[in-house]
Amino acid sequence: MKVLGIETSCDETAVAVKEESRILASVVASQDEVHAPFGGVVPELAGRRHLELILPTLRAALDRAGISPDQADAIAVTSGPGLVVCLLVGLSLARALAYAFRLPLVGVNHLEGHLMAILAEKEIPFPFVGLVVSGGHTSLYIVEGWGRYRLLGQTLDDAAGEAFDKVAKLLGLPYPGGREIDALARTGDPAAVAFPRSLLKDGFKFSFSGLKTAVLRRVEQLRDLDSARADIAASFQEAVVEVLVAKALRAAREFRLPRLVVSGGVAANSRLRENMLAAGQNAGLAVHFPSLGLCTDNAAMIAHAGLERLQRGLADPADLMPRAVWPLSGVRSSHFT
Amino acid sequence: MKDQEEEVHVSESPEDTRELGRELAKRLKPGDVVALEGGLGAGKTLFVQGLAAGLGTDPGIPVTSPSYTLVHEYPGPVPLFHLDFYRLTRKESVLELGVEEYFDGGGVSAVEWAEKFAELFGPETIWVKIERNAEERRRITISTIA
Repeated sequence: MKVLGIETSCDETAVAVKEESRILASVVASQDEVHAPFGGVVPELAGRRHLELILPTLRAALDRAGISPDQADAIAVTSGPGLVVCLLVGLSLARALAYAFRLPLVGVNHLEGHLMAILAEKEIPFPFVGLVVSGGHTSLYIVEGWGRYRLLGQTLDDAAGEAFDKVAKLLGLPYPGGREIDALARTGDPAAVAFPRSLLKDGFKFSFSGLKTAVLRRVEQLRDLDSARADIAASFQEAVVEVLVAKALRAAREFRLPRLVVSGGVAANSRLRENMLAAGQNAGLAVHFPSLGLCTDNAAMIAHAGLERLQRGLADPADLMPRAVWPLSGVRSSHFT
Repeated sequence: MKDQEEEVHVSESPEDTRELGRELAKRLKPGDVVALEGGLGAGKTLFVQGLAAGLGTDPGIPVTSPSYTLVHEYPGPVPLFHLDFYRLTRKESVLELGVEEYFDGGGVSAVEWAEKFAELFGPETIWVKIERNAEERRRITISTIA
């Protein structure tokens, strides 16, 4: 079965084609040649931008997969959570394709896509601890199976990825800041500044707002930012990574789970990968990260979640509507019983 | 021309900032718009957490920063729409978000980084300006139409 996946819930316009065992194509407009006409423009969320990019992205994905649209067997689309104006671009295309080629249509929760993204490229037995870290989310789950997600805790203020980007701005680094900090931190001392590790010993909740403010204060006190930039980047990153590693490992220990999966855009951070893998090895825990293209927003994870749903005989009506608010706890009751 | 009324508060802690939000919420009704200004780390999200508590949204759902997601909706007796212009650079993008629908909607809207597009706000808007004075201390000015 070939599933065409469409994702427009956030900043990225993405289309993918997925078969049971492999990803035939996964195109993300901002990272791809279809984005070239807009090169140099700071990415900014806008339904209109999705609208401009969605058809070239679809064409690129179909070309790369070597299929025509009527050769798809089903359409999967992110139907929430997110801004309705953005979701509607993907949904409109998905509904039109499903109608034109008489294909089943299935709506996918964006967060579920991230949490389960790794399963689009390899098999991981359930249950596992799932950590989703991105610009908009920092949440820890127990994943017992498709549609069976138990939220252990989430951020109380800023998401980890947001802290990365805001700190990058304080340090005068270009957007997107996550990658910039990762690269700069390699030349800095992670122990140079003892930044706060908020809620480190406090259950599974996260807080990164105080850390961001601590970096701001530090930067304001400096006479010369240029000579301190790498050390601050490294020390800030270390504080975020330490908290993420500690809580993920605690969850695995407390619930006696032998596996951990880290996903979302921040899962592309090299220090997080390095430290989480090392800590997992020490604790006898199997730690898995999706490949980089499946960490950041993409449509392959949406196609795969749709495929899983369709294989369980689940599809949505042809007039599938966007859902601005859609916590993962709501996925189970509405789609899996 | 109605008179502008300014209240100046001093917050000594994050909890003070939250409490000021909770207090302000008592005076709000559906359709009110709270525009927040103040730089990174000023405590805008904290203030909105207080608003949410005062409006009686579900305490089990944490009020988090909408900088990336742009809008968070919190259902409750009076719903709260939490918007954030931090990442937006063009007025068209802000309009495309549907800000006018939120502002006219059946809830209270709270907007972070509102000063970036101050022209979008009507005269009835309640402006909350948060200035960092010291490590923890904040000067919080609430401007309303009397």
